[in-house]
Amino acid sequence: MDAFSGFFAILDATLRVSTPLILAAMAGLFSERSGIVDISLEGKMLASAFAAAAVAAVTGSAWLALAIGILVGVALALVHGFACITHRGNQVVSGLAINILASGLTVVLGIAWFSQGGQTPSLGSDARFMPLSLPLTDAAREIPVIGQFYGDVISGHNLLVYVSWLVVFGTWWVVYRTRFGLRLRAVGENPLAVDTAGLSVSGLRYSAVAICGALSGIAGTYLSTAQNAAFVREMTAGQGYIALAALIFGKWRPLPAMSACLMFGFLDAVAIRLQGVVLPVIGEVPVQAIQALPYVLTVVLLAGFIGRATAPKAVGTPFLKER
Amino acid sequence: MSLNTSSIPLPGWIEIGVIPVLNILMALFFAGLIMLAIGVNPLQAVGIMINGAFGYDEAVGYTLYYTTNFIFTGLAVAVAFHASLFNIGGEGQAYIGGLGVGLVFLLLDDFLPAVLLIPIGIMAAGLFGAAWAFIPAWLQAYRGSHIVITTIMFNFIAAAIMVYLLVNVLIKPGQMSPESRLFDESAWLPFMHEFLGWFGVEITRTPLNLSLFFALTCCLFVWIYIWRTRWGYELRTAGHSEDAARYAGIRPRTVIVSAMCLSGALAGFVAVNEIMGVHHRLLLNFTAGYGFTGIAVSLMGRNHPVGIIMASLLFGVLYQGGAELAFEIPKITREMVVAIQGLIILFSGALALMLRPWVVRLYLRFKSVEDVVPA
Repeated sequence: MDAFSGFFAILDATLRVSTPLILAAMAGLFSERSGIVDISLEGKMLASAFAAAAVAAVTGSAWLALAIGILVGVALALVHGFACITHRGNQVVSGLAINILASGLTVVLGIAWFSQGGQTPSLGSDARFMPLSLPLTDAAREIPVIGQFYGDVISGHNLLVYVSWLVVFGTWWVVYRTRFGLRLRAVGENPLAVDTAGLSVSGLRYSAVAICGALSGIAGTYLSTAQNAAFVREMTAGQGYIALAALIFGKWRPLPAMSACLMFGFLDAVAIRLQGVVLPVIGEVPVQAIQALPYVLTVVLLAGFIGRATAPKAVGTPFLKER
Repeated sequence: MSLNTSSIPLPGWIEIGVIPVLNILMALFFAGLIMLAIGVNPLQAVGIMINGAFGYDEAVGYTLYYTTNFIFTGLAVAVAFHASLFNIGGEGQAYIGGLGVGLVFLLLDDFLPAVLLIPIGIMAAGLFGAAWAFIPAWLQAYRGSHIVITTIMFNFIAAAIMVYLLVNVLIKPGQMSPESRLFDESAWLPFMHEFLGWFGVEITRTPLNLSLFFALTCCLFVWIYIWRTRWGYELRTAGHSEDAARYAGIRPRTVIVSAMCLSGALAGFVAVNEIMGVHHRLLLNFTAGYGFTGIAVSLMGRNHPVGIIMASLLFGVLYQGGAELAFEIPKITREMVVAIQGLIILFSGALALMLRPWVVRLYLRFKSVEDVVPA
């Protein structure tokens, strides 16, 4: 039984650390599937995390924090859209600009408003998304293994963790089962065809980046008001890039991308546990090796050594409507 | 009247003079708004920054010391841009360049004289930086993986390697902080105050060292390489059109790899300034974001060495003046400079052409369309 509870604790941690990755990966999926490269997931998450924590600290409302977090994510996404869609600017440059801007601005505003070295005040439990106990948790504990799995791993997360699962399902449904999704995929593969069919390429791409911004906003809000109880400078710590890696790893499809997020989250959870532990055969595993693994795996995948990751065809190229 | 302004040519002084300056002014305007939002008078801030960057000779030393880093990373990004490659990995390449310097010096500094150590250190910085750029370049050229994504990933991998090596391997025994031992003095690049002291000129002690001259030499070298050699011609051709290059007998794959290696070497030279010139030991995070600033520098300088020197100087002023500003006004922190950098990348890079239609319309007020567009 003890072996199980150790393992379940790792799985439980996996779900907690994968949630922002999953939300950000789905955000990136919308943008990239519409043909807009988005390396600014990191910046949007960071800015939203700050905005949400600031709002929660001032108003004490987690829901208002979520709303503002989403709003900030959408606003930055629209800046990205304005540069990439309206002005056909370089999408990587624009994304990078947003990341750097967010990294500087969150600290500048944080210190000016709260004077705590860039942190926001710690949030009380009513200003956060707190763990929920799913129904029947106690009753299910009577059942060995499965009940324990339900109680330890599935139950006891905050609302946004469950929202992220719905988002994955919703993304799959929108992208593959709706007219908007069909058009979205088309505009990322062949915008000229979409334009010829009389649809607005810009309109579709703007809605895609806006959805991307909203989802990154939820991811950022999760970081500062659910997983943690305050905003800390640079708290995204590369998770936006890991989410991008997971998106590529999942070949720009929702469920595989989610699995990649869970895998990267699992590696992260294991890395924390393995710190300083000496394994029987391998010896002490350097934590840095496990932390670098998502990046290494993505490079290897992109190089085509384990399957092929093919990006949406029109990704990164601005569309010029012929006159 | 709907006018397709992008096909109307403008005179050179507007294209490379007026429009870039307008873009920077836009960025600075928004930076001013941010300052107003946190209750700081932007004009007063500009005054403090300029004084903090040029007001006394210590300030000038610091400004030029930052400038040196930005010249290296700006050139690195520019060389790749000319081959139409986006090297976002300058940060990692600089970091690994530092590893090269560190390894060579930790092995050799007891045996060799300064005359040999310093060139070897510079070569190690360049070679290690180039090697770190070579892998993404090779993967782009021969395996088709996208250079932007791989160089981003390589930044993180470089950081993980450096943390591992400094914490576990290269750390000076019996010390808590993850740093190597100090190199022997024979491996130190002379400081500017020492160098000028040999000629009897007294200046204040600052981190500024001889790598500034090396950076300026690199500018000249890059200019010659890109615009005055066959390789540079091949690089620019392949950057404009891979098909045309292939038709002309140029091998685009070789160009990708050589351009990225040159770019990586230039980024690696940040270690010449930081490790050989200032810290004299290997330590964590000495790159401090200079690799990313190089992107802003290159965009602002329009990928030309002269522009890069000017843009580097501007960023040197921002960094040093920003430090002074943070000191003078407690409400402002050094991160203000990071935010300004983001704005500059946005307006000089992604939105570089936003103002052009307006400029064209204004220009046409003074010239008739027939004069400008040949029939």
